[in-house]
Amino acid sequence: MNTNTRSDHPTGTLDLRGASGGGIFDYDPAPESVKVKIDDSYGLFIDGQFSGASGSSFATVNPSNEETLSMIGSADGSDIDRAVAAARAALPGWSGLPGIVRGKYLYRIARRIQERARELAVLETMDGGKPIKESRDVDVPLAAAHFFYHAGWADKLEYAFPGKKPEPVGVCGQIIPWNFPLLMAAWKIAPALACGNTVVLKPAETTSLTALRLAEICQEVGLPKGVVNVVTGAGETGSALVNHPDVNKIAFTGSTAVGKIIAKATAATNKRLTLELGGKSPNIIFEDASIDQAIEGVIGGIYFNQGHVCCAGSRVFVQESILDTVTQKLNDRLASLRVGDPLDKNTDLGAINSSEQLGTINKYLDIGGNEGAVRHDPNPSSVPEKGYWCKPCFFTGVQPSHTIAREEIFGPVLAVMSFRTPDEAISRANNTPYGLAAGVWTDKGSKIFDMASKLDAGVVWLNTYNQFDPTSPFGGYKESGFGREGGRHGLAAYLK
Amino acid sequence: MGFVLPDSPTVDGVMVDRRAASFTTRSIKKASKLAALELAVAMIDLTTLEGADSPEKVRSLCRKAIRPWERDEEFLGHRLGHVAAVCVYPSMVPYAAELLDGTGINVASVATGFPSGQYPLDIRIRDVERAVADGADEIDMVINRGAFLSGKYEVVAEEIAAVVQACGKAHLKVILETGELKTYDNVRRASDIAIEYIREGDFIKTSTGKVNPAATMPVTLVMLEAIRDAYRTQGKKIGMKPAGGIRTGKQAWHYLCMVNETLGEGWLSPDWFRFGASSLLNDVLRSMQKLQSGEYAAGHDFSDA
Repeated sequence: MNTNTRSDHPTGTLDLRGASGGGIFDYDPAPESVKVKIDDSYGLFIDGQFSGASGSSFATVNPSNEETLSMIGSADGSDIDRAVAAARAALPGWSGLPGIVRGKYLYRIARRIQERARELAVLETMDGGKPIKESRDVDVPLAAAHFFYHAGWADKLEYAFPGKKPEPVGVCGQIIPWNFPLLMAAWKIAPALACGNTVVLKPAETTSLTALRLAEICQEVGLPKGVVNVVTGAGETGSALVNHPDVNKIAFTGSTAVGKIIAKATAATNKRLTLELGGKSPNIIFEDASIDQAIEGVIGGIYFNQGHVCCAGSRVFVQESILDTVTQKLNDRLASLRVGDPLDKNTDLGAINSSEQLGTINKYLDIGGNEGAVRHDPNPSSVPEKGYWCKPCFFTGVQPSHTIAREEIFGPVLAVMSFRTPDEAISRANNTPYGLAAGVWTDKGSKIFDMASKLDAGVVWLNTYNQFDPTSPFGGYKESGFGREGGRHGLAAYLK
Repeated sequence: MGFVLPDSPTVDGVMVDRRAASFTTRSIKKASKLAALELAVAMIDLTTLEGADSPEKVRSLCRKAIRPWERDEEFLGHRLGHVAAVCVYPSMVPYAAELLDGTGINVASVATGFPSGQYPLDIRIRDVERAVADGADEIDMVINRGAFLSGKYEVVAEEIAAVVQACGKAHLKVILETGELKTYDNVRRASDIAIEYIREGDFIKTSTGKVNPAATMPVTLVMLEAIRDAYRTQGKKIGMKPAGGIRTGKQAWHYLCMVNETLGEGWLSPDWFRFGASSLLNDVLRSMQKLQSGEYAAGHDFSDA
């Protein structure tokens, strides 16, 4: 054994190189071995079959190596007309089915997602850049869970809203973002179908592939044609869908800027609208919190999916008495994160979704430094030369007026601020145009309830963060949008 | 010196469990897996703690400790090193000490009225002194859980201090018996008290192996965090020994990932991390053989300890 002497240094320095790559116990590459078939090009899924788009096509790129994966059809106005017409034609048949039969189709989709889980996870990671461990353990299982959950509601809608006779809204136009492509498709499609609606879904242009696989699954399980239609394309495609006169409801998840455009476009029409937009969610750590667990929550809250999460805990407020401790522990924990090949099962942070998003993040990194905040960059990972990469970092010395404390960055960048009293924590946390999520970390129960009731956020997590379940409603206040997804509340958005 | 209760942070179970589970999804392959398995062998305290133990049983254990795998050269191309220590009851220490003399393998003895510790303090101290006199290099003591659970932390601390004295040059491992402490808060507090009163290079240890649950990954993580905080704030470096319930090579490398990502490289050696186990060794050997040959061998292909 070692000799019984004290260390030379009064306080120890941890050597966490082995955790993040390098050092004596480096983990050898553990690439996911499943190979996924990707066609050279993909068309639109309309009226139960795939067909070419009328518009041009665009490339979808693997953000971890900048290689083109496939060419995706760009739907124009005439394609949207076809898709909406197919959904309209399918509506009477679908909504007229007994709920238990609609439920049967949803169960089939859920099971098929489970059966093809590995393929979907690999595809999601290749197209979007997120680590395989996240697409495998979070995105795909949760997508299946949403179909399972809503399958159960399909024949029980009258019990969900006693005294009412719930009717479907009609044809739903659904526009989803690139951060959780398959999961967001499930969040949108599952409740809509359970309630007897038909849908036209537009995935984000950088991540169309898993939505198209989901269309394939709809085909496989014999879902009546026209009930689910998938149209791919960029902003113009989405605009054509939003402005189509025969759409009864728009459900949008994405940026606040686009959400505002959609709100204006649907104003003074009879279209229903739900918006799930951006956020600048706070994590509040009190001095009596379980600190190491709070650190875990903060790390998961901001670096999960490279920070491409609408409810990312991008601001952390730390009680001043423990600010130094928290800063050091954040440093240590960040040093042990593994950044690299998203298909490696040991990767904690994958690639940034697109070069455009990387540009946005880098812009904010510059602004943060220029405005006087101190950037901490303790992660020693070496990232590949090709692809879009941003190593996880955090800023201290951030003031609530700093740009990086106010605007959504949507990247692995955390702003650390401090507070002294619970009142100050509340006022600083609520001092934002957004109101999506919040986290509170304290061992004291009364403080938990007090904080939860005063935070302007659609979701408040207490001594945990980023817990998702189809039974739990999710959605925001203020500029984070309106309407809820999941749970009984989520059903209400698809019924009249 | 007056007793001051360490200012232990609270521990919240939800995120501890989540973090501990994250290490079990680490995928360890090829060279790093072989290195981890060899390291695990070197970290094992090969243990027998039965009423039925006999000198012959201890001799067999010592042989296994010295040469864990007869076919090491065939599968690895080199001799596999010995385990860290052989852990026995005090009455077996003389036999183990004789056989292990000059091998580099330490003799570890449980003491202080193991496993319950429900004996008068002078008898527990005498237990330690006798084991050391008989040749024990390491003493695995149990804390006074009765005192701890009734809030008499000072008693716990004083007794640990007394055992440190009795150990002399022998290294000390303090068994918290986490299966009886029940809560993560208790585990953290007991860890902090023990760390305060032992010397640098001494260990804290989860379990006797006689109480269920024995070592679990979340409990071990809480103890590793206590060790990390002591090192970070005082520079005092303490070792860690999970014991009981670790039976497979796969579990072993999950634990090593947890050490690697919590404390870093400085703890990846038998000086700072041990596995207390009896059946782990052969499964580690079997994992090595599988890695090298591609085939799982039968259990009877490996010699008993």
